[in-house]
Amino acid sequence: MLVPIEWLNEYTQINTDIDIFCEKMIMSGSNIESVKRLGEDIENVVVGQIVDIEKHPNADKLLVTQIDIGEDALIQVVTGADNIFEGAYVPVVLHGGKLPGNKVIKKGRLRGVESNGMLCSVEELGFEDKVAPVALKNGIWILDKEYPLGMDIVEAIGLKSTVVDFEITPNRPDCLSMIGMAREAAATMESKLEYPDTTCLKEEGNAKDYIDIEILKPELCNRYVGRIVTNVKIEQSPWWLQKRLMYAGMRPINNIVDITNYVMLEYGQPIHAFDIRDIEDNKIIVDTAEDGEVFTTLDGTDRKLNSNMLLIKDGKRGVAIAGVMGGLNSEIKDDTTTILVESANFNGDSIRSTSKNLGLRTEASSRFEKGIDPNLCLYAADRVCRLIELLGAGTVIKGAVDVYPVKQEAHSTTVRVDRINAVLGINLTGEEIKKYFERLEMNVSLEGNIIKVTPPTIRQDLREEVDFIEEIARMYGYDNLPVTIPKGNTEAGKSRERTLKDLARDIMIAMGANEIQTYSFVSPKGVDNVGISNDSQEIDFVRILNPLGEEYSVMRTILLPNMLEVLGRNYSRNNNKVKAFEIGNTFHNNKGDKESLPDERESLVIGCYGEGENFFTLKGMLEELFVNLGIYNTEYKPESNYGAYHPGRCARIMLKDTELGIIGEIHPDIADKYGIETRCYCCELAFDKVMNHAVTERFYKPLPKYPAITRDIALLVDEEVYVSEMEKTIWESASNLLESVELFDIYRGKQVPQGKKSVAYTLTYRASDRTLIEEEVVKVHQKVLDALKEKLGAVLRDV
Amino acid sequence: MQDQLKNILQEAKEQLLKASSIAETEEIRVKLLGKKGSLTEILRSMGSLKPEERKEFGKAANSVRAEIEGMLENKFKSLKELQKKERFAAEKIDVTEPGAKISLGVKHPISITIDEISRVFMSMGFSIAEGPEVETVFNNFDALNVGPNHPSRDFTDTFYISESILLRTQTSPVQVRTLVAQEPPIKIISPGRCFRSDTADATHSPMFHQVEGLNVDEGITMADLKGTLDSFAKQLFGSKVKTKFRPHFFPFTEPSAEMDVSCFKCGGTGCKVCKGGGWIEILGCGMVHPNVLKVGNIDTEKYTGFAFGMGVERIAMLKYEVDDIRLFYENDMRFIEQFK
Repeated sequence: MLVPIEWLNEYTQINTDIDIFCEKMIMSGSNIESVKRLGEDIENVVVGQIVDIEKHPNADKLLVTQIDIGEDALIQVVTGADNIFEGAYVPVVLHGGKLPGNKVIKKGRLRGVESNGMLCSVEELGFEDKVAPVALKNGIWILDKEYPLGMDIVEAIGLKSTVVDFEITPNRPDCLSMIGMAREAAATMESKLEYPDTTCLKEEGNAKDYIDIEILKPELCNRYVGRIVTNVKIEQSPWWLQKRLMYAGMRPINNIVDITNYVMLEYGQPIHAFDIRDIEDNKIIVDTAEDGEVFTTLDGTDRKLNSNMLLIKDGKRGVAIAGVMGGLNSEIKDDTTTILVESANFNGDSIRSTSKNLGLRTEASSRFEKGIDPNLCLYAADRVCRLIELLGAGTVIKGAVDVYPVKQEAHSTTVRVDRINAVLGINLTGEEIKKYFERLEMNVSLEGNIIKVTPPTIRQDLREEVDFIEEIARMYGYDNLPVTIPKGNTEAGKSRERTLKDLARDIMIAMGANEIQTYSFVSPKGVDNVGISNDSQEIDFVRILNPLGEEYSVMRTILLPNMLEVLGRNYSRNNNKVKAFEIGNTFHNNKGDKESLPDERESLVIGCYGEGENFFTLKGMLEELFVNLGIYNTEYKPESNYGAYHPGRCARIMLKDTELGIIGEIHPDIADKYGIETRCYCCELAFDKVMNHAVTERFYKPLPKYPAITRDIALLVDEEVYVSEMEKTIWESASNLLESVELFDIYRGKQVPQGKKSVAYTLTYRASDRTLIEEEVVKVHQKVLDALKEKLGAVLRDV
Repeated sequence: MQDQLKNILQEAKEQLLKASSIAETEEIRVKLLGKKGSLTEILRSMGSLKPEERKEFGKAANSVRAEIEGMLENKFKSLKELQKKERFAAEKIDVTEPGAKISLGVKHPISITIDEISRVFMSMGFSIAEGPEVETVFNNFDALNVGPNHPSRDFTDTFYISESILLRTQTSPVQVRTLVAQEPPIKIISPGRCFRSDTADATHSPMFHQVEGLNVDEGITMADLKGTLDSFAKQLFGSKVKTKFRPHFFPFTEPSAEMDVSCFKCGGTGCKVCKGGGWIEILGCGMVHPNVLKVGNIDTEKYTGFAFGMGVERIAMLKYEVDDIRLFYENDMRFIEQFK
């Protein structure tokens, strides 16, 4: 909301430094986006009069002008504009003059003709294109009247101005107006608020003779006020009015349109004007449209309406889409002489849905949407008439046709003094609170602890006690509230899941992996890309109805595609060694019930590539992770049919019958799709299952008191035998004297026949209650060797 | 025999002087003191002497033996020293060569920021609560007093799964879940992912993180809100920062406020980070609206509470001076590893 301070001063005097004013407004609840100081960077630009215009001898599109700037000699200026005429008063930048944006103008020659300055447009003097008056668009600024020649332009037309851009929160539509902001300013600065003059000096006739108004849908239209003005003369508005509109961000068009916009900005009440010639049967009927009815709005567009949309009709047809846009058939034209001024109050929800359905959002519709006080209608209509009279733009007809079926009355609320103090942590008296309310133009009666407070109807946001507590808080000043710490004493805690997730993150980082974070929504193609699109679980997506695009249209069911994307991106950026992980949710439809929330499951994905990385470095990390989470006895079941992975280098990670996840070298075709031209390794864990089995308690086991006896063995065995089977056999065949089995070497090559491998273990034997004697170990160890030979054909090798 | 002793001693002195290695010295030791060594043999031949002579000679022989042993010991010692010296000279390394590479991983900067924020609030007695990323419209909007026509509900602002299910736009639904499930006192923070329908650019991301907080108890005041958040700001940004609470509007709190902190980069004099203003907007907060408490069937006369919420990316960007939010989700290792 752009508020020129000069305009605000019309209702309440801002007599303080603008920075102090802004700070106080911010602290009382009117936040400020920006403060623009206009006209400060203009130098050496003066009022000039064009006394002569000649064609440029060498250029068709240029003109050579002689300008009188009140000095003895005329100044010659070359210009390209075509809206100038002899006698016009214009702004002239003299040699060395400055324009906004640090533009310095110097004299020079244009196609061989001397030019000693420049004539300026509205835009060149610092206004945005969108507010440049229609009449002056793409041309030189023709000043509205005679000003002293040679006078500084900033001073002559009052260009210096401060405009404050207030951020209006959605609960305060009443502040979307100059009077609304003046009300806040007056309450904040404790200054007096004066309302504008709405009485005309001279009125004739009777409006009722011109128009009859009927509301057929009172639930959608609270009030409709019509006033009539005749002898209308459409012309340019005076500069003071144009200037205010421009500073407030609106483009001046002509006097009537400008006045309706001016009053809309002043009161927040949208105004529409009809050419009464086009109103059939002198009747206005507020009704809904027919389904499928086509109506042409004043921007020339055909709009298809439906029966939920409010349509303003005359005796025969629609003339305006209520609260959204007027009709082409009844708009103000250059030869309009009598107008109907509409100041009405339409239901906000109805206007919102109409505007949404038509895809047509206007200044009026956005104001109606937010809610407007119906008591404003008559003031605003009267104000329009007053300004028309003031500008001499027409003759005001006496009386208003005001249809107001149910008057909006002021609403009282009971507020308790002790409650206000209890919520804010302060200790105000009833009298003090009363004064704060009164600053906000509320009627207050105080009885002990109880305050009956009646705000003006403009404040539709104030309904419950808590709304009034906020009013006291901001008037008292948030910065004046004490600073205390809650007295309650609570223990901080976090859930087991959160604790385990944090722990896993710390473990992964200790092992050198970097954490990544990727989007929860993904492309459905990701699952195809990793070659598992035939897996029904992974393609049963939770879909977004309104995604940003196909690539973000489903919730992820696995993290692997995101990881591969990140690995691919890093690879393409020449990061030659990457070890990364992500802990995040995957999303799965709840079977059978589309209206219940999907299952969200925690998942942990690890990915790596680069020198030194292989299947077993990744597996090693995983094993260390499990140990630190108190999970033992995981098994790795070879898997050769999971599309994402190398068929010979992939395993399902099992804990008894529970599958915890999958690990493997990424299939070269898949890596290729992600642009990774090296071996890369990934693993994805169902982390919710891991958490289920995690054990965080630790118990002490006594350190061994008696020495151990170790045996190193090297076994010759067929390639096909998995070492996990060998270990299993060792454990099963040994007695409880066996303490540990550690694989220390696998050898293939010289002295080992083709198709065989040599696997070397250290077996450690120990008893907890005595020193073992050699004979005991020999017996157990022989049993182990026999079992290995018998079950797996593993033969002891001489080393 | 005395002469023999003298000769042996003399010889030993000469030989040891010449010896230049431990092995040579050992050879000398064996020749003199070994089983068949010259001194050993002399001692052995003592038996042929008369007892008086034996005593005297034994004394002399033992003193020679002690002298030789002493010489040997010194010789060994000095040779070992020499040997060590040579070894050290040979083993000299260039200590300015780089160390062997050991590399811890690094947490994602968003996680680091969430952890820091969480640590501060946990030190003030707030527990961590989490909830699903896919939520009901009820928990995300209705229960939070967001009007049926509030623009944040629009298809253009919020991602929907169905008419009643959406991707949460804030972590406040966790507050609703907690209010429903738990009796006061309630003191929680809820960090997590949120989603809004913004196309990604330098300052917008369709996915981002929030940390929200809620404290409901008897006698909680707006002064408590100020005290808690002021303490948070000082712990997170440094004890020198000042806080400013500005009135604002949120449907779920009333009175509502935004909290600014004095710029922790320039101290409030104005710089690039605070865009010259000296203050930086950090979070939104307020007293929990009674309509929200009512969703949890909480007696609004007995209990009051405050709530707050902040954007993690925003805080991380300010703290680390990151100028493009998309960097957080590109996961370029060169970016992430800067936060070690």
